[in-house]
Amino acid sequence: MNALDESVLDTREAGYNFAYLDERTKRMIRRAILKAVAIPGYQVSFGSREMPLPYGWGTGGIQITASIIGHDDVLKVIDQGADDTVNAVNIRRFFQRTTGVATTERTSAATLIQTRHRIPEIPLCEGQILVYQVPIPEPLAKLEPREAETRVLHGLAEYGLMHVKLYEDIARHGHVAATYDYPVMVDGRFLMSPSPIPKFDNPKMHMNPALQLFGAGREKRIYAVPPYTRVESLAFEDHPFEIQRWREACSMCGARDSFLDEVITDDNGARMFVCSDTDYCSLRRADSLDTTQGEDQ
Amino acid sequence: MNTAQWRYVPPPEGNDVESIAAEAGPILRASGLAKRYGARVAIEDVAFDLWPGEVLAVVGESGSGKTTLLNCISARLKPDAGQVEFLTRHEGVVDIYGLSEASRRLLARTDWGYVHQNPAEGLRMDVSAGANVGERLMSLGERHYGRIRSQAAQWLARVEMDASRIDESPVAFSGGMRQRLQIARNLVTRPRLVFMDEPTSGLDVSVQARLLDLLRTLTHHLGLACVIVTHDLAVARLLAQRMLVMKDGRVVELGLTDQVLDDPQHPYTQLLVSSVLQP
Repeated sequence: MNALDESVLDTREAGYNFAYLDERTKRMIRRAILKAVAIPGYQVSFGSREMPLPYGWGTGGIQITASIIGHDDVLKVIDQGADDTVNAVNIRRFFQRTTGVATTERTSAATLIQTRHRIPEIPLCEGQILVYQVPIPEPLAKLEPREAETRVLHGLAEYGLMHVKLYEDIARHGHVAATYDYPVMVDGRFLMSPSPIPKFDNPKMHMNPALQLFGAGREKRIYAVPPYTRVESLAFEDHPFEIQRWREACSMCGARDSFLDEVITDDNGARMFVCSDTDYCSLRRADSLDTTQGEDQ
Repeated sequence: MNTAQWRYVPPPEGNDVESIAAEAGPILRASGLAKRYGARVAIEDVAFDLWPGEVLAVVGESGSGKTTLLNCISARLKPDAGQVEFLTRHEGVVDIYGLSEASRRLLARTDWGYVHQNPAEGLRMDVSAGANVGERLMSLGERHYGRIRSQAAQWLARVEMDASRIDESPVAFSGGMRQRLQIARNLVTRPRLVFMDEPTSGLDVSVQARLLDLLRTLTHHLGLACVIVTHDLAVARLLAQRMLVMKDGRVVELGLTDQVLDDPQHPYTQLLVSSVLQP
């Protein structure tokens, strides 16, 4: 048994090890993470454990977070950019109950951010860690059904297949139709699935000062993009990579530079566009409130 | 651990038939090839030379080791014994199985082609004809959509397909068209050596005749060396300059096609030739 740190016992559920996983499992996962960081974009297999939530809910991300979280970390959990959706709320509460660490909704205040399908709008900085939940880590999975073969393709860096898919998109739709999970090349070597983040977020991965870790629980893979690593989205010379753009601005904060969700507001088809990143949106609203108040005085 | 490297150098534009220096030697040389599956002998002591621009037919009954031989010489199945040497454009003769896996695979998808009996095996059935033809170009690093597309259209035209069907899926194609698409997909990198495994079987006779005509034209115009596995002696007579007859994993007769067909020496070849139905 591990010695428990008495100071955190009061806010924690009794009977569980710190951050739920046992220490040996954490060490095993940390070793996988170290290897993943050493070979950017390479998928490291690890002994994924059963977690008290179903596959597809972030079992990979939650195991990474559990392995690297410490007493003085400040945790933020987002799901599709929002801090208050079911997945985010449950995972945040899970860590509150098993570690007692401080949590936050502020991107800049967090040291550890677990995310599902978004990268926060506020740029990350050195020392922060972003943990992605990944359903299918293999970018070639839909193109090459044999996993042994995909590993050979990675080993020999034979990635022509991925461009066949992009070609097919352009031939059919006139543009690359993939809008999320858009394949990237990491450090000019490994083809990587960025998890189902919108391609809007792909440029944020490039030369990001934060450490980015990816966990796939069901598929038992961990991969990583270390700080300041080149991450390039695949494209053709005559069909360059483009991110989504909206004609509308966020109807709550007026932002034109953030990823917008389209929300249907009634049965007559009325709709509004709002920032998917709730923290970014509320910060902007608070800022504009401050400035308008200042003008009044 | 094989470490020998091979680098792809794209062939010069324009001239279709490359000047072939006969003194450079055979383009493919197999010697002492043997492959066993457990105690069962698949092929034993097979040796032959293939010269640049030459078409060699491999005939024999089912189970005689034709396909195993084709797989061994096309680097798809490592033989238990023997050597396969290939004359490269720029780097002289290389031992295929002495190359690193990366080089071997690169060689197989640039300077070589492989036409499967069943086109569904050689094609990507879930992407369009254009993407099928362009795949080799993209794997070589071509990243210009317009150029890939125009090359694909060119090659579709060369295999006598309607270029307007470039965006259609091979699922919508007839057997003959699929086979032609598969050939175009292989030829887009201008290979010098193509392996074919019963390319015309399963097609009706008129389509077969058209495909054979196309193959003959292409091999002639491109100066392709070809190894064709077939059980159809008519195919061999039409396409091949030389013929190799296999029985029980051994080569029983090897010679000029006309010579072998008109004056068979080995009893098995005599049987084979006399078994052909005359309409």
